[in-house]
Amino acid sequence: MAELEAVIGLEIHVQLATRTKMFCGCELSFGDEPNVHTCPICLAHPGVLPTVNEQAIRYALQIGAALNCEIAPRSIFHRKNYFYPDSPKAYQISQYDIPICGAGRLGEVRIHRAHLEEDAAKMIHVGESGRIHGSGASLVDFNRGGTPLVEIVTEPDLRGAAEAAQWARLLRETVRQLGVSDVNMEEGSLRVDANVSVRPVGSEELGTKTELKNMNSFRFLQRGVEAEIERQKALVEAGGTVEQETLHFDPASGSLTSLRSKEEAHDYRYFPEPDLVPLAPTEAMLREARESLPELPAARIERYVSELDLADDVAATLAADPATAEFFERTTAAGEGLEARTVANWVTGELAAALRQGDEETSAADSKLTPETLASLIAMVAEKKISHGSGKTVLATLVAEGGDPAAIVDREGLVQISDSGELEGIVAAAVAANPAAAEQIKAGNGKAIGAIVGAVMKETKGRADGGEVNRLIREQLGL
Amino acid sequence: MADLLDLSVLEAHTAGMAGELSPAEHSAAWFQAAAGDELNAYLWHNEGAGAPGLTVERDCIAPIAVKDIFVTEGVPTTAASRILEGYRPPYTATAVRKLLEAGAPVLGKTNMDEFAMGSSNENSAYGPVLNPWDRGRVPGGSSGGSAAAVAGGLAPWALGTDTGGSIRQPAAFCGIVGLKPTYGAISRYGMIAFASSLDQCGPLTRDVSDAALLLAILQGRDPLDSTSVGLEGGIRLPDREDLTGLRFGVPAELAGDAVDAGVREVFERTLETIERLGGELAEVTLPNAEHGISAYYVIAPAEASSNLARYDGVRYGVRRGGDGDLVEMYETTRTEGFGAEVKRRILLGTYALSSGYYDAYYGQAQRVRTRIAEDFSGAFAAVDFVVTPTAPSVAFGLGEKSDDPLAMYMNDFFTVPMSLAGIPAISIPAGLAEPEGGGPQLPVGFQIAAPAFGEQGLLDAAHALEQAIGFADANPVPYRSAAATEGGDG
Repeated sequence: MAELEAVIGLEIHVQLATRTKMFCGCELSFGDEPNVHTCPICLAHPGVLPTVNEQAIRYALQIGAALNCEIAPRSIFHRKNYFYPDSPKAYQISQYDIPICGAGRLGEVRIHRAHLEEDAAKMIHVGESGRIHGSGASLVDFNRGGTPLVEIVTEPDLRGAAEAAQWARLLRETVRQLGVSDVNMEEGSLRVDANVSVRPVGSEELGTKTELKNMNSFRFLQRGVEAEIERQKALVEAGGTVEQETLHFDPASGSLTSLRSKEEAHDYRYFPEPDLVPLAPTEAMLREARESLPELPAARIERYVSELDLADDVAATLAADPATAEFFERTTAAGEGLEARTVANWVTGELAAALRQGDEETSAADSKLTPETLASLIAMVAEKKISHGSGKTVLATLVAEGGDPAAIVDREGLVQISDSGELEGIVAAAVAANPAAAEQIKAGNGKAIGAIVGAVMKETKGRADGGEVNRLIREQLGL
Repeated sequence: MADLLDLSVLEAHTAGMAGELSPAEHSAAWFQAAAGDELNAYLWHNEGAGAPGLTVERDCIAPIAVKDIFVTEGVPTTAASRILEGYRPPYTATAVRKLLEAGAPVLGKTNMDEFAMGSSNENSAYGPVLNPWDRGRVPGGSSGGSAAAVAGGLAPWALGTDTGGSIRQPAAFCGIVGLKPTYGAISRYGMIAFASSLDQCGPLTRDVSDAALLLAILQGRDPLDSTSVGLEGGIRLPDREDLTGLRFGVPAELAGDAVDAGVREVFERTLETIERLGGELAEVTLPNAEHGISAYYVIAPAEASSNLARYDGVRYGVRRGGDGDLVEMYETTRTEGFGAEVKRRILLGTYALSSGYYDAYYGQAQRVRTRIAEDFSGAFAAVDFVVTPTAPSVAFGLGEKSDDPLAMYMNDFFTVPMSLAGIPAISIPAGLAEPEGGGPQLPVGFQIAAPAFGEQGLLDAAHALEQAIGFADANPVPYRSAAATEGGDG
């Protein structure tokens, strides 16, 4: 049998961080007393009508611009009809055949569409399982009901669980940097469902897919998809066929249970929402959405790799945090002749570590460090005026207290020992004081050199250049 | 007292402004008259104490009867359905709020066909309304309570809603004026939805001037209703005396043989009156109008099936059965809460929207709707108005058509096309005719339709025609005799 490959598409629900709900004036909230953010409209009293939240349209247009989507000149809302207590109207107002955002792309994945809709109310099933099956009663909290959502649907362009999780992270960063959503998976402001199928490698046809729900972290997304790929592969390899169904992922056990089969699928009886007029964004709204876009992660990574020659992972780390990326760029600009690559390594390595010191993690911008001082510090290390180790010491001081790096170096006596005669003497003493280590080095145990280097550094208070020390030790041992 | 109730709203208002009448006394007389309802026209009477939100500080115009499809804060609102029994809404409809702001307190909430589904008012969960011309006959529907209240001297004017003829047909059956404005002229916020793309609220009044006055109060864009646009330039009172230079189109297709002889006679006599007033008659074609009923009875039930899904027993209104089982509770609540006609339309509409049938039914009906709208556009290129009888017959007997839904649906034959096209249409009483099968003479309505947002011209023309017909002076209108009786007593 031919080898099987997985085909994955994602459906992502993004709760928009507007002030009010999608179709009424109730404020959005998280964690408030149940049913305090309600009104006749979001409780679906007789006679009420929806009115569209303009801010939600603007946010959807920003998401559309960030995902390079085609924007529909005129999109319409539909009613998606179903009976359930989380839907007080017994229909959800959503978009169906003409969504606000059409085809687009983020990174390597094509976007099929992105549309506006309203969130359902929250059901709390009283009982041990926390799910409707086996619960004695259910409570409804309408605070969440009517929260604006953008549902983003990808094309089935992903091929692995790790790839899916990584792309979902990129999407989250992108939406977060737009400032249109909290994108918090645990709180449900970002929800990712996955459509998974398998097919023989080389086949163009899609296999029967299953839909995975309830993966409320990127880790669970990866694990859930992994588990489903394995299940489907095993099933097909054993001669079975995949049934179309919706699966619930249980992160505790890692198991997948069927929520409903194809036969149980709803007929939502979609039809155009007669209470709303079509959405026709003005040219000014479209321009505003485009112009409001910050440089988004995908573009930043691309620029860092191609123009600044950064490593992929370093570029991705910087792009995930615009403030840090900004700090990096200003440092590079401030330091004449500094390589961007060197600065990037300092920012993602030494600086990130320095900012993590103590109980609280602070940001570079909130610390006493400035791009200018960091640039001159890195330059001093690059020019071997101080050792790398001393550089870290100075950086810690700069983060905590600020100041001029050169002055700190002087004050602390950290100027690198440039007199090679002086350094040779210290190395010789250190070799003599550690005969066992010297023997091991000579016997081929490279790691043993650490003990002698450490002794030299202790003696010089870190002012020696590590590379030079290493070279001198080996020279003195005749290696 | 008789004098007070004999006045139209405009007359009373004018007298009040001139200091010849006490608005408070005028209002009180109407509250007293409404309390004497023998027609089952009202489902709820405003006795003051129970409804602080529905009274006004100062009576400026005249109290009004409001169809029970408009939600009123703290006051029972049922849409004549069991499923909303005991429901007291937390807010008031925009149309009612505008009336209160204009100084028109609510006399009471009027009976109707359940959720506005019906043409006889026999589909009310609270019993049929009786026609004041002949209590053995229906007042028409669905705004039967509002029409009977005005015709029967129980209210000076009333608010109704029209989805496929629900203002115009009962106005015709009761011998009063009923106007369905352009879709979007008046806010639908707080009007319990039947078929959202068709529903429109409008006046039921004694004459065209009162209809204009009420429309002037009600019209306007409402930020709470995205589909509302209002009427640019507002509405002024009609004062036209002739019809010179106006062209009236008589559709060949709607002048078919489904009309009773007596109705046809009044219709033709009215056409002659139009010519006498200087108006010009022309034949127009609305080739798709005859499919109006078929399209309407797909679109309206489809939207209704969705609009009425919220009555599930979870949040308000009646909840029945289930014993802890959600689906069973839904089923029992809706089975016991809805009447037969409502269930029939929910089933029809659910079917029409089902996957696999959508395009053949709902899609096709929408295409017919577009064609009908185009037919009217074509006609209005040649004429100013399109005229038809309002209904094929005069008021029929109670129970006469209850077992034959299709015969009942045909009542809407002349009114549905305008609803589908979203254009304004008015029914004015044009004369009396003997019912088929004999009996005392009953009112016949004459319908005039105008292009979208052409309300002012429509009211002007209707006013001129109304003056020439002189219906209320020539015939024993019940509201005059009711006033006379009360005058004799008091």
